[in-house]
Parts: sequence; structure tokens; C-alpha cells
Amino acid sequence: MTDLSQENGPYFGAFGGRFIPEALIPALDEIEETWRKSQVDPEFTDQLLDLQRNYIGRPSLLTEATRFAAHCGGARVFLKREDLNHTGSHKINNALAQALLAKRMGKTRLIAETGAGQHGVATATAAALLDMECVVYMGEEDTQRQALNVARMRLLGAKVNSVTNGTRTLKDAMNEAMRDWVANVERTHYVIGTVAGPHPFPAMVRSFQKVIGVEAREQILDQVGRLPDAICACVGGGSNAMGLFAAFLADTDVKIFGFEAGGEGIDSGHHAARFSGGRPGVLHGSATYILQDEDGQTQGSHSVSAGLDYPSVGPEHSYLHDSERVTYEPVVDEEAMEAFQLLSRTEGIIPAIESAHALAGAMRVGRELGPDAVLLVNLSGRGDKDMATAAKWFDYFDEGAVQI
Amino acid sequence: MTSSGPRTSTTIDGVAASGRSAALIGYLPVGFPTVPGSIDAMVELVRSGFDIVEVGMPYSDPGMDGPVIQRAAEKGLENGVRTKDVLTAVSAVAEAGGTAVVMSYWNLVLQYGLSAFARDLDSAGGAGIITPDLIPDEAADWISASDEYDLDRIFLAAPSSTPERIAKIVGSSRGFVYAASTMGVTGVRSEVDNHARDLVSRLKEAGAPRACVGLGVSTREQAAEVAEYADGVIVGSALVRALDADGVPGVASLAAELSEGCA
Repeated sequence: MTDLSQENGPYFGAFGGRFIPEALIPALDEIEETWRKSQVDPEFTDQLLDLQRNYIGRPSLLTEATRFAAHCGGARVFLKREDLNHTGSHKINNALAQALLAKRMGKTRLIAETGAGQHGVATATAAALLDMECVVYMGEEDTQRQALNVARMRLLGAKVNSVTNGTRTLKDAMNEAMRDWVANVERTHYVIGTVAGPHPFPAMVRSFQKVIGVEAREQILDQVGRLPDAICACVGGGSNAMGLFAAFLADTDVKIFGFEAGGEGIDSGHHAARFSGGRPGVLHGSATYILQDEDGQTQGSHSVSAGLDYPSVGPEHSYLHDSERVTYEPVVDEEAMEAFQLLSRTEGIIPAIESAHALAGAMRVGRELGPDAVLLVNLSGRGDKDMATAAKWFDYFDEGAVQI
Repeated sequence: MTSSGPRTSTTIDGVAASGRSAALIGYLPVGFPTVPGSIDAMVELVRSGFDIVEVGMPYSDPGMDGPVIQRAAEKGLENGVRTKDVLTAVSAVAEAGGTAVVMSYWNLVLQYGLSAFARDLDSAGGAGIITPDLIPDEAADWISASDEYDLDRIFLAAPSSTPERIAKIVGSSRGFVYAASTMGVTGVRSEVDNHARDLVSRLKEAGAPRACVGLGVSTREQAAEVAEYADGVIVGSALVRALDADGVPGVASLAAELSEGCA
């Protein structure tokens, strides 16, 4: 068997590659070379380790969720607390590392796409810390449902450009960021926020997120004395999932689950479940599973969570899906919101709605595996940003109350 | 049995042999403002002296296009344009006596099926495909499919392309190489970048028989300037803008002006 954790691109089986305008190829080559060199350069690795410890707050905790576990068939449930990272999600792991690479390449300007705003906030934070210019592209629909994160980015000194073409969500923000990049590539680095896009981004972002899985593997061995029976993560583009999965791919006894946004249900057509309702194609620089119509036009996705509302997925996930190493299942809005409220009320932890998809999936997996099972769930982010959505969903705001 | 139309090499070499400075190549997206409306405009380009028509296929995620072509593509898609409409437009251009190439983002060709698309494009009388988001490194399947029907493979070269990449692009292309004049997306520019002249000479040194320049050309003066050193002048956004503002007569009048630039 191929060692699945050694896949370094540009291809993951039939997926990946560089389906991108020629003008950007030299930039991609430069990124790859700088990244490879940095991996074996103690100056870079020490600098990143120092920032992980003293700025991000790593290692993040592994918390056993005993009261929540009662709803997961009695299995033991451990939460990898990426929500406790500085800026509130796993996104900072990648954004900070790429910003350091950008500095090494002599770039002075960072651009990013963002859906829920977490990657935009993480990039704006890295830019503030490293004294770089920052422009974030965000779909107009997302700037409205994630207004708090827009304000955070602006406070951090970033320019937020609301994208009004196409479906006005994450995919269109990515198109706009690509257009900016090709025109300004000499001084600009495009910080792609997930394991998608052209090579080397899928492999590189995975390498920067792998710290999640490496820490979690060590922590669970330490706390339980054995590997988990199953690990669970939500999958939008798929970076928090790849970060966790990467450390467990070779552990063949560990079942791996990725949970996609099922939206209003697969049959409704309003979802973002690429592995249930999509097929292979090419989008945003890589060959992967895509939600598309008969002709190959990208179809709009839907999810209550902006961070999972993306019609494409990282190419390594497509490979892990087809090779059957990872099981991908949809979780509908309703289930995710139920898990969102449940974790808040049983553990006092408010998860991001994205992460709530992984929690809802873990409830399913736990019930299947039973009380002897040990589950590891990536709690990829905190839910403060989702208060407006949650309050509307559960009717928490008093009538006439004004939220500033 | 196929009814192959002219390939771009024949067309461009014919222009040179006739003593004109460069071939004139115009881009219009099928389905904008409607499918029949776009075909009328493409046929008008041929009548007004354009040698090659780039038949564009609107795409939901046109990452290489600026606002003018983005808006036209969105409108085309709202009107329900389908990939097969491209082939109808190709036939119309060929029947009008023009040389037709398809310009499409890669996923649309991929989903149609490479062999099927090559076969149907050839029988519609098309010359080949310009592939803005397909580099030769990823094109093995397209290279075999296009070989089967002797179709043109028009890859893009950019000012940022290294000598190694220029060699690869020239070696993989057939017909002509599309020299992107600038680092950026499609759109009208007040000046065509100086990079274009340099890029064309690098392509020629690497052995490209034909190099045509696109991105930013909108006026007779710019066309004439590019025609001094390139084998073909490619105009896109300016034509789309003219079609949007003044319909087919608008296209005709801009086309006449540009033709004088490539006389």
C-alpha cells in the first residue's frame, strides 16, 4: 500500500494539478521552491514554532467531552480545540506560515479569499503582525452574514472587497483574488486558505495544518493510551480535515470521516456535498470533485455555514474518497444546528457552525460504534462569529433588540 | 466523414502572403446578447474583414476575464447558453468564410468529452481551441485528441514565462501561440504593454512560426502598433463593449476601424 501521508502533489491520483493561466506558473514555481527550502531551514521552522507557541497558543488542548458523549452512543469523545487558537480557528496555522513564506519571497502584499471570514481574519492578523499590506476578497452574501468578521478585518488594517459578481460567495471571492494576483503578482502573495487551488497549495496548506493531527495523535495516546477508533472533521475546502487526517492516514485501524454540508438535503439541490451530488472536473486550478451542471458550469452551493459553502473541494480529499480511505457523508443544516446548540449546553463550548457539522457526524458515528469506541473530533473554530445566524435560527434575540 | 475548415496556420500565412501587416482576430462570447444575436455579430466580424473569430464559451467562473467579458458571460448563462451553441456559432463563422477557433475554460471541454469535442468541432468546421487555463503540462489528453483531428492547440504565453516554459509552449502549440501582452485579465487598456513586443520576439526565437497578441487592444492605432511585430492582433473586450452599446452596427464600425490598423 502506498503511504498515503507521503502524497506531495502535484497529483493525488487522478486529482490536483495546475489548471491555471500560464502567467501564474512562475509564481507557483517560486512558492513551491521557497516552501520546500523552508521545510528544511531551521531558521524558518524555529520562527514558525515560536509563533505557534507564543502567538497562536499551540499546542491546542485536547478536551474530553463527557456530557456531549452521552449523545454519541456513549463513546468517549475528544475535541481537538482549534477554537482556542488566536483568532479563533485553525486558519491562523496556515495564514501565518504562508505570510512568513511571502516575506521570504520579498512580497509586501497579501491577498486572500474568505467565506466565513475566519481565513480573512487570520490573514489580516498575519499581515498586521508582519507589517504587510492586506486585501481580502469576500462574497457580498458572506459580508452580510459574517459582518462581525468584516469589522475585525478592517480593524486589523485590511481592505475588504465585497465581491458582487457570480453567486457572490466564496467561489467568486476566489475568482476575484486570482484576478488581483495575476495583475499584481510581482509584489503580492495569494494566501489560499484551504487545501484547494493549483499545486503546490493543496500539499503546502496540508503541511501547515498537519500540526493539528500530529498534536492530537500524541495527546490521545497520552490521555487514552491508544489510537482513536474514528476521527471526524468537517470538509469545506478541507484544510482542517486534511490537517487532522494527515497524521492518521497510515493508521489503517483508524476510521476517518469527513462531513460535508448537506444544506437543506441532497434531494433539495441546496447543499455543498460534492461527494454526494458532484462529479470530477476542474475548478480553481485543480482537478477534483465539483458541483456542476451537465455542461460543467459550476452550480451554486448552499449551507447554513459560510465556511462550508463551496462547490469544490481540495483534490487530496477527492483522492481519499475514491481510494475509500476516508468516508465522506453529508450533514444537513438542521443536524448541524442541533449539534451546535447541544455542545454549547452540554460542554459550555460554542463551536463554529462549520465545526458543528463534524460534531453532528460524530454523534452518528458514536451511535454506530457504541460505548467502547474512542472518537476524536476536530473542533476547527469557535462560534462567536455565528451568533447572528444562531440567534435567528433559534429565535434568541428579543423583539426590537438592536445588535451593533 | 468530416468537413474540416481551414486551420489558423493557413489563414495567417495567407494574410502574410497577401502583403497585409497582420491577421485580425476577434473574440465574442456565444449567447451574448442572445445566441442568434451573438452569431450575427460574429458573421459581421467576418464580413468586416476579420480573418479569425474566437468563439467564446461563457463560463460560471471566468478567472482570466475582466468585468466586460464577465458581464457578457453572466448574461449568456442567464439566457441559457449551452456548450453545443458554440458549435452552431463555429459553423456559422465557417460558412461565412471565416476561420473559427473556440476559446473556452477547460472544464467545459472536459465535461463535453475531449474526443467528442474534437470530433464535433472539426465537423462544424472549427480550427482548434484556445485554452486560457490549460498549460501544456496538463494537456496530454488534449494533445492526443487534437492530433486525431489535426486541430490547432493554441496555448498562452505570458511576459512572466521562463525560457524553459516558452520552449515548452512553442513545442506544444499548433497554429499560433497566444501572447498575453500584459500580466492581468482581459479588458480594454489605454496602452498595450511593452512586454508584448519582447514576448513575441522570445516566442519567435524559440521557433514559434506564428505569434498573435491579445489583452488590451481596442483601437486602430494599437492594432497597427501590434501588427508591426505580431502575426495577428487579437481584440476582445472592445468588441464585446461595442456589441453591448450599439449592437451589430457597433461591432461593424469598430471592426472597420480595426481592419485599417491591420491593412
